[in-house]
Amino acid sequence: MRTLDILRESAQGISSNKARSGLTMLGIVIGIASVIALVGIGQGSTNSITSSIESSGANLLTVSPGFSRTAGLVRGGRGAATTLTVDDASAIAELNNVAAIAPQVDGRYQVVATAGNTNTQVVATTAGYSQVHNLTMAEGSFLADTDVQNSTKVAVLGSQAASDIFGDASSGGQDPLGQTIRIKSIRFTVVGVAASKGGTGFGSADNMIFVPFGTGQKLLAGQTKYVSSIGVTASSQQVMTTLQNDITDLLTTRHKISASASADFTVINQADIAAAASSSARTLTLLLAAVAGISLVVGGVGIMNMMLTTVNERTREIGLRKAIGAKRLDISLQFLTEAVMLTFASGVIGIAAGWLVTFVLKRFGEQSDVTLTSVGMAFGVSVLIGIVFGFYPARRAAAMNPIEALRYE
Amino acid sequence: MSDDSYMIECRDLVKVYQSGESETPALRGINLRIKSGEYVAIMGHSGSGKSTLMHILGALDTPTSGDYFLEGIDVSTFTDDELADIRAERIGFVFQSFNLLPRATVLRNVVLPLLYSGVPPSERGERAEAALRAAGLDEERWTHHSNQLSGGEIQRVAIARALINDPALILADEPTGNLDTATGEVILATFASLHERGHTIILITHEADVAAHAQRTIVLRDGRMLCDSAEGDACDAGEADAATAPGSETAPGSETAPGSEIAPGSDTAAATGGALDTVEPPAGEGDAVAPVPEGEEPEATPAATEEKVEVVA
Repeated sequence: MRTLDILRESAQGISSNKARSGLTMLGIVIGIASVIALVGIGQGSTNSITSSIESSGANLLTVSPGFSRTAGLVRGGRGAATTLTVDDASAIAELNNVAAIAPQVDGRYQVVATAGNTNTQVVATTAGYSQVHNLTMAEGSFLADTDVQNSTKVAVLGSQAASDIFGDASSGGQDPLGQTIRIKSIRFTVVGVAASKGGTGFGSADNMIFVPFGTGQKLLAGQTKYVSSIGVTASSQQVMTTLQNDITDLLTTRHKISASASADFTVINQADIAAAASSSARTLTLLLAAVAGISLVVGGVGIMNMMLTTVNERTREIGLRKAIGAKRLDISLQFLTEAVMLTFASGVIGIAAGWLVTFVLKRFGEQSDVTLTSVGMAFGVSVLIGIVFGFYPARRAAAMNPIEALRYE
Repeated sequence: MSDDSYMIECRDLVKVYQSGESETPALRGINLRIKSGEYVAIMGHSGSGKSTLMHILGALDTPTSGDYFLEGIDVSTFTDDELADIRAERIGFVFQSFNLLPRATVLRNVVLPLLYSGVPPSERGERAEAALRAAGLDEERWTHHSNQLSGGEIQRVAIARALINDPALILADEPTGNLDTATGEVILATFASLHERGHTIILITHEADVAAHAQRTIVLRDGRMLCDSAEGDACDAGEADAATAPGSETAPGSETAPGSEIAPGSDTAAATGGALDTVEPPAGEGDAVAPVPEGEEPEATPAATEEKVEVVA
């Protein structure tokens, strides 16, 4: 039997019962669409987590204070302790493989200007910060070394902070450069606005306001000894682990700590965080795909159910086809092709529907990406479902005895 | 080996149906020779084995023992797929219940066998046209769907479908069973004209006046050949009735069934058939078969009308 003949006979079979074929297809369509959409959402969140972690700095090691140990069993939050000092930062800067270093002291303050005000995180840091945290400037310049040395009263605004205070530049907001803002009643002159890094939520660099280290430490935090954290950039990806160990050793010695378990600081490798975050996002993606996969299997059972009904209903037709010379393979292929055609068409519609859902989600600001892999897999899976769930009904049709089939009422 | 001059040669055909422990013999040794171009009616009541014989002759089934040569080929030991090839190339079926694809046009129904015999699409239209002309269906009906046709037209489509592969043998299983008498006569006339053109036709029926259209009549009873008009037997189906029907089947009450085949018109129709027979003298040494009135069977045709058209669902 010619391929074209098989396709035509199968298409005829499907179109002869449009309502039932359509409803059965719906099961697969929903399954495929949810695979595409859910995997898209999972993939999108993985990508956004990874990119936001990577955007906070390449080859970045973050040194934070450990737990503060107050009386008894009560533990303060990680980073709440005041164990890291400015001297620690200077000592780390002397280590090999350090490309840049940026100690910081931060706190949340009400920031006021004539145009408006906001409550946000103010970070007192050094000129190295822009290199350590991958910060690029939209306007003006970042804090200069001289600003830090002289503890001048200048500020650099994150892009979000700038538009919160001065309004969106594109919709008639003021140009923040040269304007004065007041933090804790101290006047700072805006010298730069950072470009957006795209991260969202609490702790995004876009919301921050940067001031020279000494200025912020003295005027805002009211102390000159401690730092909130130290960002260190390794000179290359390969030396990160070495540097991490070196910093740990250095601080252990400096803080006179005997056992590493009681260390009053932590050194976090950026790559580790990225790996952990993306692995948990992958697990989420897998979970979503599994849920969608179950709905596909259910759709497949629907296909099998429909094909069995079809084979049963068309017993006489099968008998006739056999009587006029159809072989087992001809009958088998006809019904298998019918099942695969159904699932293939469902796959195409499902991919389109899934894509549409992803597109709509994106419009509403959700992170979701349709990858070619998931489209390809959806195609493959839908065809596979047709073959797997169409096989048994097709075999049943092919095995029919023509005499009995012709007599069937 | 078989004698090639016969289109069909059966030797000692035995068919036993096995169901669990019990064995039911359907054919108990059939010896039959049919020449090319013959028009043979096989008669018998239900249970006589005529359906079983038709299934074997039509290569739908194989005998339990015995040989069946179709055009000199022994098909009695063929596998299912080999039988399918034989059916595709050498046999055309016409069924009582027509078995057309309901949602397909006449043309698509007619070319269906060509799909399985590997005829390229370019040749199909021409062959369908020839077959439909031979079956005598009006050209304006060719593009209709089969559910828009009358019973007689449907059976003509089925005949065209049987003809399309130019088969050695046309097997018609009660082709008039679902048709009213007048339409049945038209279909029988079609078979007669196909016979004139040299087609070999085997007609399975339980109606003597239908069988009368054939050149040769074979009556089966209990899986054996009761008589063969080609052997010079006076093939008296009435005798067969007396022998096979021990009781209630010939009850007079059944005569009142509506649409009884012994309709007033059937005598003249039989005469027409007879006239066709004289045009084409029988190949065998037997005489023309005398139509014999036959008792009603339980499966006898009910009021078969145009409305009661049955196609593959």
